[in-house]
Formats: sequence, C-alpha cells, structure tokens
Amino acid sequence: MTASPPAVEDLLRDLAPQVLGALARQSGDFDAAEDAVQEALIAAADHWPGEGVPDNPRAWLLRTAARRLIDQHRSDEARANREVQTAVDQATPAAPANETDDTLTVLFLCCHPSLTPASAIALTLRAVGGLTTRQIAHAFLVPEPTMAQRISRAKATIKASGAGFSMPGPDAYPATLRNVLHVVYLMFNEGYVSSDGDDLGRPDLADEAIRIGRLVHAELPDDSEASGLLALMLLLDARRPGRTTSGGEPIPLAEQDRSRWDRAKIAEGIALLDGAIGRGRIGEYQLQAAIAALHDRAPTAGDTDWPQIAALYELLERMTGSPVVRLNRAVAVAMDGDPADGLALIEGLDGSVAGHRLDAVRAHLLELAGDTEAAIRHYRAAARLATNLAEQRHLSMRAARLRAQA
Amino acid sequence: MARYLLITDFQPGVAETPMEEWRPEEVQAHLDYYAAINRELKANGEWVQLEILTGPDRAKVVTSDGVSAPVVTDGPFQEFKEWVAGFHVVDVESEARAIEIAAKLSAVPIPGNRPMQQPIQVRRIMDDGPSTSAEMDEWLETVGGARKG
Repeated sequence: MTASPPAVEDLLRDLAPQVLGALARQSGDFDAAEDAVQEALIAAADHWPGEGVPDNPRAWLLRTAARRLIDQHRSDEARANREVQTAVDQATPAAPANETDDTLTVLFLCCHPSLTPASAIALTLRAVGGLTTRQIAHAFLVPEPTMAQRISRAKATIKASGAGFSMPGPDAYPATLRNVLHVVYLMFNEGYVSSDGDDLGRPDLADEAIRIGRLVHAELPDDSEASGLLALMLLLDARRPGRTTSGGEPIPLAEQDRSRWDRAKIAEGIALLDGAIGRGRIGEYQLQAAIAALHDRAPTAGDTDWPQIAALYELLERMTGSPVVRLNRAVAVAMDGDPADGLALIEGLDGSVAGHRLDAVRAHLLELAGDTEAAIRHYRAAARLATNLAEQRHLSMRAARLRAQA
Repeated sequence: MARYLLITDFQPGVAETPMEEWRPEEVQAHLDYYAAINRELKANGEWVQLEILTGPDRAKVVTSDGVSAPVVTDGPFQEFKEWVAGFHVVDVESEARAIEIAAKLSAVPIPGNRPMQQPIQVRRIMDDGPSTSAEMDEWLETVGGARKG
C-alpha cells in the first residue's frame, strides 16, 4: 500500500524521537545515534511513499538506523562496537521499554544547559522534531552545511560536558526543565512567518514549537508551567491570521480584525490555563498566558481589561525583574488612564533595554499624551534602531502620519 | 542569532605597497590567513556567504527617469580605496562575535608578517519579517493605535 508523502512525514516525525531514544539508550552514543536516525528517516521518506509503509514502521526505522550506526562504527575501526551489536540485536523486538521516558531524555539532552539557545533549537528540531537539516537550514535562512555544522557542534558540546543518555538527577531536574521550556519558547519566538505564504518549503517554527510543547505537556501533564507555556503559545498563535496584512505588514493589536482569530486555539489555550492555575506554583508562562487570554477574550480593543493586564504585568515584573515587562506594564497603565503614569514608569529605563523598543513605547505614550513633536522624534529614533524591515517601516510610517497631522 | 555583513574595501591599513608588489610568499600568507578564517566560520556553523567583487574597470553607473533610455556611464565613482573589495555574511550569536571576526579580518598579514589593520565595516543585516512572534505580539500590543475611549 502506498501512502501520501504528508502522512508519511507526520508518521516519521512522531516516531523520530522514540527511535532515537531507543537507539541512544541501547548504544550509549547519542551523537552517532542521532546521525543514524536522521539517515534512516531520510531513507524512509524516500521509500515509503512509493513502496508502502512497513507493517511495523518503528522497528523498520530502528533496524535501519542501527545498521547505519554499525556502518559508521565500522568505518571508524578504532571503536569497539559490541554495544552497537547489542543495539541491533535488541532492535528487532517491537515493544519498546520506556518509550516516553526516552523521548523526554532526548529532549532534555537537546536542551542541555551547555548549549546556546540557537544550537539547542537546531538540535531539538532535528532530534525531537524529526526535521531534516535542509529544512532547519531553510527555516533559519542559512546554507545547509552551516546548519549541519551547528548541529554537530552542539552534539560535540553535549558529549564534552560529560552528559550521558539519562535524565538529569533530582537536583538538576528543575533547572533543566526550565531550560527546556525556555528553548521551546525561543523556538516559538523564532517562528514569526509573514502571512504572504509564498515560501511553502519553509518549516513554520511556531507550529514546530507548539508541537514540541504538546509533547512536553503530554509527558509532564502535572507541570503547571509546561501547561502554561503551551497555553501561551496557543493564545498568541491564535492571533496570527489577523496579525499581518496580505502583504506581510504588521497590524497593531487594536486594529486587528478579531473575527480572523483562531477561536479553537483560544479555547484550547484558555482551558489549559484554567487547568494549570491553582495546580502548582504560578510561573511566568502562566502569567503571560493569562495576559494573552485577556486580549484574546476582549470582543473589541475598547473592551480590553487594561487594569487587570497592568496588574498581571506588575506581578510578572516582580517575578522576572525584566525591563521589557516594565515597558509592557507602562503601556497597560497608559491605556487604562493617564499616559503620564505610563511615561513615569519608563523613566530611568534608558540603557537597560537594548534595541528600538524603549523608543517605540515612549513614542506611543507621548502620542497618547498629545506631545506630537516628541512622539515623532522617538518614533524616528526607534525606526533607526529597528532590526527588521516590517517594524522599521511601521515606525517610520507612524512618524510620517503624525508629521502630516501636525 | 543575527546576520552581519562584514565589508572589506581597498583601504591599505599600514601596508606601504599594493599587493602586486609583494613577494609571492607574502601574498600566499595573506591569502592563507583569509582561508583559515573561512574554514573557522564554516566549522563554527556561522558561515553564510562570501563574495569578492570585480574592480572599477568592469563597473557601470545606471541612471534612468523611467521614460527615456537609461544613461549608462563608467563613473563617476568614489576614490578607489573606498571600493568594496568583497564581503562576508555571517550568522552569529551576538554583535560581539561579529566584531571579533571583523577584528581577525582586519589583522590579515602584510609583508613583514605585520597585521594590516585594515578598517572592516560591520553592518547588521535587517531581518525581512518581524523578528519574533511573541515579541512581535507584545510589540503590536504596545505600539497599538488605540486610544482609550
């Protein structure tokens, strides 16, 4: 029986971390096992759509990957391959031992604290997400050999750190889990794809992050921050259809067509959040999700519950000490009442927020306060510091509009 | 990660003579040094692109009013030493790393095995889309056009 390529791809990507987990546990060599599984996935993607999916696809992948692993070790004769032979012997039985635990171990290893976020994201996309190096390179707009090198260096770094294929101990577990959630959130952050949709081969990193967020939530259903993170991503992603014009220009929240927001994602995010809050400690992902939910729930921009949002940002600021949170809080305060209160909150932030956002927020608050000249000045300063074209154009346009009105 | 353009021009740094007058082994050391940097960028997973440009002899300036035939001339151009000789595009963790690579490029050896001290321009490349989705959402919340009431 032949299978459609998308169906095969979904199946392969679901199986990827399981097969890697099993092979890495059996061989004890995460680095080589990860390469071998990648090759097996590519072989399957070549053959299965035409020849049909084998009866036991998981066992097929495990066998194929184990053979590649042996070939790899044979070509490197200095290495003993007794463990690998064991891996092949054990690869035939279909029933996995600790399949879910293995998947989680793979994820924790990919988000090892010794890695930079960029490396951890790339490795996670390949080892857990089952994407090919080519797809990941495409997502990050770098040549394929560059991405291959980044991934192989990431694995070498993990190896050099002395980490084996096992879950962190109870002491290291909370910090490592925090790092895993952080990496998934950063992956989601990388995922802004403008809605022009002309780049079909490019993986959508926001979707990838939500997929991995679901996996983490499924493995750790009682962790309230894992739930909070998934809720946050869904609640933000729900607005994607309304967030940009057909030309890819950003639309401010207040001007978005809310009928285009994805109601199913909003409902799922709110349900997750309601389940998480009160179950464990309140963390920053739950707070951010609660803020996103308040925006998503407001039927119109004018109905936004700004006092509640300002209060949540205040909590979040106390928890994180982040000046960027302070900026958001200042806007909520300004939207709720007097822009002067908001401006007072961002006094003294100069130098502590990199990039254009301080100027952009100050410009917006000055505009609200009716100080057109100062607003124009700060919009222009923000435009000069912006590092992406969409934001830069938007900021320049706001300055130009104010100038035309003045 | 952020992409940076590192521009090398024809400013001579502390070199007293043009490369055509160097001894072959001096030219070789100069080129080997660049090759070593390029290998390092590739090994680090930071490499995106390197282009070397042809010189003024092949350059044209095109001007058009959109109606009549375009005007194509062999100049005027800026001073030769300000000509872009080539450029690297690198994808790196931080601006500090881009500056570190630029510093290496600047110290390419010249006769006497001295560092050239050539000025390298470091330019951040604009992302074509909004930078990040979550930040973008926050940003769209904060730079919104709505006023209360």
